[in-house]
Amino acid sequence: MTSAAIVEIRHLTKSYRRGEQVVPVLTDINFDIPEGEFVALMGPSGSGKSTLLNLIAGIDKPDTGALRVGGVDITALTEAELADWRAAHVGFIFQFYNLMPVLTAFENVELPLLLTSLSRGERRDRVEMTLGLVGLADRMEHYPSELSGGQQQRVAIARAIITDPTILVADEPTGDLDRHSAGEVLALMGRLNSELGKTIIMVTHDPHSAERARVIRHLEKGELQL
Amino acid sequence: MHFLKLVLRNALRHKLRTGLTVTGLVVATLAFGLLQTVIHAWYAGADVASSSRLVTRHAISLTFQLPVSYINKIRAIDGVKGVTWSNWFGGIYQDRKNFFPQFAVDVKSFMPLYPELSLPEEQKAAFLRDRRGAIIGTKLAETYGFKVGDVIPLQGTIYPGTWEFVVRGIFKYRGANVSADLSNMYFHWDYLNEVLKKTVPRRADLAGVFISEVERPELVGAVAAAIDREFRNSLAETLTETEKAFQLSFVSMSEQIIAVIRVVSFVVIVIIFAVMANTMAMSARERLSEYATLKALGFGPGYIAALICGESLAIALLGGGIGMALTWPAVAGFGELVSRVFPIIRVPSDTYAWQLGCAVAVGLGAAVIPSLRAGSVNIVEGLRRIG
Repeated sequence: MTSAAIVEIRHLTKSYRRGEQVVPVLTDINFDIPEGEFVALMGPSGSGKSTLLNLIAGIDKPDTGALRVGGVDITALTEAELADWRAAHVGFIFQFYNLMPVLTAFENVELPLLLTSLSRGERRDRVEMTLGLVGLADRMEHYPSELSGGQQQRVAIARAIITDPTILVADEPTGDLDRHSAGEVLALMGRLNSELGKTIIMVTHDPHSAERARVIRHLEKGELQL
Repeated sequence: MHFLKLVLRNALRHKLRTGLTVTGLVVATLAFGLLQTVIHAWYAGADVASSSRLVTRHAISLTFQLPVSYINKIRAIDGVKGVTWSNWFGGIYQDRKNFFPQFAVDVKSFMPLYPELSLPEEQKAAFLRDRRGAIIGTKLAETYGFKVGDVIPLQGTIYPGTWEFVVRGIFKYRGANVSADLSNMYFHWDYLNEVLKKTVPRRADLAGVFISEVERPELVGAVAAAIDREFRNSLAETLTETEKAFQLSFVSMSEQIIAVIRVVSFVVIVIIFAVMANTMAMSARERLSEYATLKALGFGPGYIAALICGESLAIALLGGGIGMALTWPAVAGFGELVSRVFPIIRVPSDTYAWQLGCAVAVGLGAAVIPSLRAGSVNIVEGLRRIG
């Protein structure tokens, strides 16, 4: 199932400045993620797992080291190039769903497609198909406030996969859900990985959630554990 | 389409906040329009003044009068096409608050000099025949219900006694000059002079001002100088100026008040700008996580700035538009209340342009800082903000 590395990380470091103090967050990370893999990054709070995910997703920049995703050295891209790259290659799933409250489920899922050259009709077809895939074909005209947490997260997953990205990054995707909804969301992510071959990198501190991944990596004080 | 949807739904997201801001914008736009209209009304008389007519008055003050015999010397000056004269009467109709301007005019020379006065020929003939006759503007007739044949009794202030005038005609202005004052009354100077000869002879044969029409507008400067030169070193030296300058000399007495009104009208806009900027700053701050999400999805800072500017502009145009729509009826109502102070009050067309311009400026200006902040939000920082 797995093949060549879609994510290649070499000697990656990241630190934050807190006043005069420099706080190291990630230290000399070396890590490959093969295409089609489902990886769970685990670790206690402050271990640097979300920071690593943000770096892979191209929403944060490392201090040093190399980071290639799909063969592209994203550390060398400008802000504008990174934005275009993210639009084409990264699907985001957030803990709190981060849907636009004034847009319907359909419009939220359609959002990333506005950055493509697809026609209105093509966008509609694709959104309907994707919402059907996540089991929300009958909730397309509902606003986020009219959906349950689990349904909102499925809308967010639909939004993440609508552009058929290279990688899916999920930061605590079940952190705000009850056990039942969390199970549904994890099952859906499992299907995306196993049936559609999506590469998924998920940050979680919940061992039950991590069990759904095929690879689990631990971070401790900014260092990747063997 | 998606963009507009997002802009409009965001604008209506906090209905109370948006409603209050729109209300503020309506009030500010309306107040601005009313104040600008008042300023315009102040200058209305000067706006309709002829460019080829000159007004000659006593050099010391308008309260001093000139010998009516000056007319022959003025008429003889090169470039003068016609001359007439008039006196301010200043009578009271029933009560002091019922103010309207009354002028004693030399009817025979006055009518040809003011061709813009329009009244039926039979009324004009009746006015010329009757020495106690008077003509009044349509607005004055409407205000007090005067009809042709009615007697208007006036209590003299400058010229003591009770004076009675018979309405012989009701005039309007030829053409579509909506700024013209139609609350004036004109009557025979001869009637006034005859009474004065009997009662106060020393005040007879005097004119308040002479009005000259020059052959061509470009001659006004030279003719005005020639008239004043003619009476230099006489007992009653003259000051001649254009009709517009003459009208503006009245306005200049209250120039400081006008300046204050003008400043206040713009202060109102500055205040609503601050309110609007606060509204947009609050909205943008609350939505930082949404803007960070949009940036994470690949939308650029320009899109986010456009969203905020669009929302701000939509609110400003909604408030400004309602304010503009209410300006005309408000001025109509306000005009009724102050018709004796401002006989000509209407919304000048450039006021609407100013209102629209201010609404756009407030909308865009209020969005500048929130747009810059939201556009430059760090994605990771923004995503940490919840709700």
